[in-house]
Amino acid sequence: MSWTIFDTWIAVTGMLCAISCAIPGSFLVLRKMSMMGDAISHAVLPGLAIAFFATGARDSFPMFIGAAVVGILTALFTQWISRFGQVDRGAAMGIVFTTLFAIGLILIVRAADHVDLDPGCVLYGAIELTPLDMVSFGPFELPRAAAVNGATLLVNLAIVILLFKELRLSSFDPALADTLGFSSGFIHYLLMTMVAVTTVAAFESVGSIIVIAMLIVPAATALLITRRLIPMLFIAAAVGAASSWIGHFMAIRIPPLFGVSDTTSSGMMAFAAGLLFTLAWIFAPHEGLVAQFLRARGKENRIPESTTQSPLR
Amino acid sequence: MLETITDVLFLKDHNTRVVVISVMLLGVSSGIIGAFLLLRKRSLMGDVLSHATLPGIGIAFILMTLMGFSGKWLPGLLLGAAISGIVGLLTMLAIRSTTRLRDDAAMGFVLSVFFGLGVAVLGMVQKMPGANAAGLESFIYGKTASMVFQDALLIGGVALVTSIVAILLKKEFTLICFDDGYASSQGWPVVLLDVVMLALVTAVTVIGLQAVGLILIIAFLIIPATAARFWTHRLDYMLLLSALIGALSGWLGAAFSGIFSNMPAGAIIVVVAASIFLISMFFGTARGVVPRLRDQARLKRRVGRQHLLRAAFEILEKQPGPITNVPVSRASLFAHRTWSPREFGRFMARAFAEDHLEPSAPDTVLLSESGFGEAARITRNHRLWELYLIRHADVAASHVDRDADMVEHILGAEIVRKLEQELGPEIGIPQSPHRI
Repeated sequence: MSWTIFDTWIAVTGMLCAISCAIPGSFLVLRKMSMMGDAISHAVLPGLAIAFFATGARDSFPMFIGAAVVGILTALFTQWISRFGQVDRGAAMGIVFTTLFAIGLILIVRAADHVDLDPGCVLYGAIELTPLDMVSFGPFELPRAAAVNGATLLVNLAIVILLFKELRLSSFDPALADTLGFSSGFIHYLLMTMVAVTTVAAFESVGSIIVIAMLIVPAATALLITRRLIPMLFIAAAVGAASSWIGHFMAIRIPPLFGVSDTTSSGMMAFAAGLLFTLAWIFAPHEGLVAQFLRARGKENRIPESTTQSPLR
Repeated sequence: MLETITDVLFLKDHNTRVVVISVMLLGVSSGIIGAFLLLRKRSLMGDVLSHATLPGIGIAFILMTLMGFSGKWLPGLLLGAAISGIVGLLTMLAIRSTTRLRDDAAMGFVLSVFFGLGVAVLGMVQKMPGANAAGLESFIYGKTASMVFQDALLIGGVALVTSIVAILLKKEFTLICFDDGYASSQGWPVVLLDVVMLALVTAVTVIGLQAVGLILIIAFLIIPATAARFWTHRLDYMLLLSALIGALSGWLGAAFSGIFSNMPAGAIIVVVAASIFLISMFFGTARGVVPRLRDQARLKRRVGRQHLLRAAFEILEKQPGPITNVPVSRASLFAHRTWSPREFGRFMARAFAEDHLEPSAPDTVLLSESGFGEAARITRNHRLWELYLIRHADVAASHVDRDADMVEHILGAEIVRKLEQELGPEIGIPQSPHRI
């Protein structure tokens, strides 16, 4: 299958989504909360269902609001359960999102008798269909999904640039941030809101699997390559963008080898991000497996010197 | 209607009976294994593994179709799921041990990349010529009601075996949960035990996929264990309770979904388990929120009473001559410590209610007879503890007041007796070692 303008739009949409996820994702990974994106993307189901019941239509905007609200509630509930119940944060997250998902599933199944609201299509917006839904801005015409994700990207960029110092400090040393007078709690919930809104905006237009992957994998890749925050953000954005193009390319080129026309681009984009991570894991300049191996061999040769020192101080 | 309910709850119907019993067994085994996962702080492993199984399901389907069998042969799909779950698990452990990424990032990586691959593979499966892939999605949402007898047997059997293995390895798992450093220094194969534990999780997850669905098996692994933790500090009871909660939610959930035909069983099971969790979180006797708040309030009251009485006693001490119980002005009592007017008012009101203080002239109070004795005892305990700290812990006399304050309120009679022995024959009330 040859590359067409359709494919370019799909890759561009994926890229915008990947970059807008990679930015809050970097902070999530640094705060050891990587699973939050996964949790939120499952937990928003009841928000979608309730918005649907309230408005009676599959209109995107109320659904977006409903999902974003439930996304923020997920973060709040997780925080409450882990603080007041003294439960491990991972477990608290698991309890909240599975319960919300279950409630959402029940609501949707109750509704499915009368209406067309399929959990499958709510959860997995399809990136392949994005070029079919175009909107125009003056002379330009672009897919609606690209516009949505582009807007999210701009908002995220603005927040990170304006509050960069606060985000950085409260990610690395929340206690110091508090003593210096800006609330790390506020920054925490701001970040959670950012993740929730990004997640919802993205998966409603391109599917949840891209969001979950792009929140974590590019940031984790960048963390293997650098130890500085600003380069990390840029590398994460670049990895996200690259995996979108590579992923879509693989989605239309690999299946023909097995006699199938094509496959889900969103899944392949996540897989491509995984491949880039694997490359960084092996070849990262200081902390890659190759570098570790070479360093270990270097140390082996130096053992005679170090044995002159007592290992016990 | 009532008859249907009792019929279903008490498993009169043969088909429901098989399904409900296998879901209950699944609840027991995930309760037990989930308890170990919780203590190992890996609760979300179920989440990771359930997503990581997806490519295995797709690839197994393709291979079986290419070999000319029906692609939907359940044991084959489950085997594929288990293999890809284990590959995901090993990837996670490898990332954790060779990079400086933490558990959460390693888990998130495996989850999203494997799930992405799975989505891509299933995307291909659906377009494969000559393959009937309809129904593979039921792995994501579960299909308890349409389980056939063989499926239920398989699920129940695997659940039983995994529970037995987990119980046999209880000692080893306990050790790595509570102190893996000690375990490895004692020569236990910690990594191997970790792999065994997670392989059990994989087994439970894979069979749970079929019964309650990809996302809701996660809940089964986390919620019963977390709920059980609120009721006890002992591992044995926790395991038992967790298994019971798992079984109970499986039973009620499966039964309810039998009654209301249009309800996804997995979701109902999770909602039942979550309700049990909420009750446990608030009322659990060991760590529940309400008992803990009650204990804290009780301690705060006790500390407040002791502070008030000691303040009164110290004011009496300052009077010239031997200590006699004379009225003390409220103002001097209030000025003796830093406390807010509201706090002070509350402590005073309690002291009146407990008959430790009685009002005398306007704006003054008098220690009652029992209050005077209690005040003397409290002051003595405080001084004994201060002396002990000065003599044996080298705390400076000017700092000792605060340090003593941190423990004196929870000194039991036994410790006071030891202090008396330690400090020699000073039976009376020692002088304060610092300016009051």
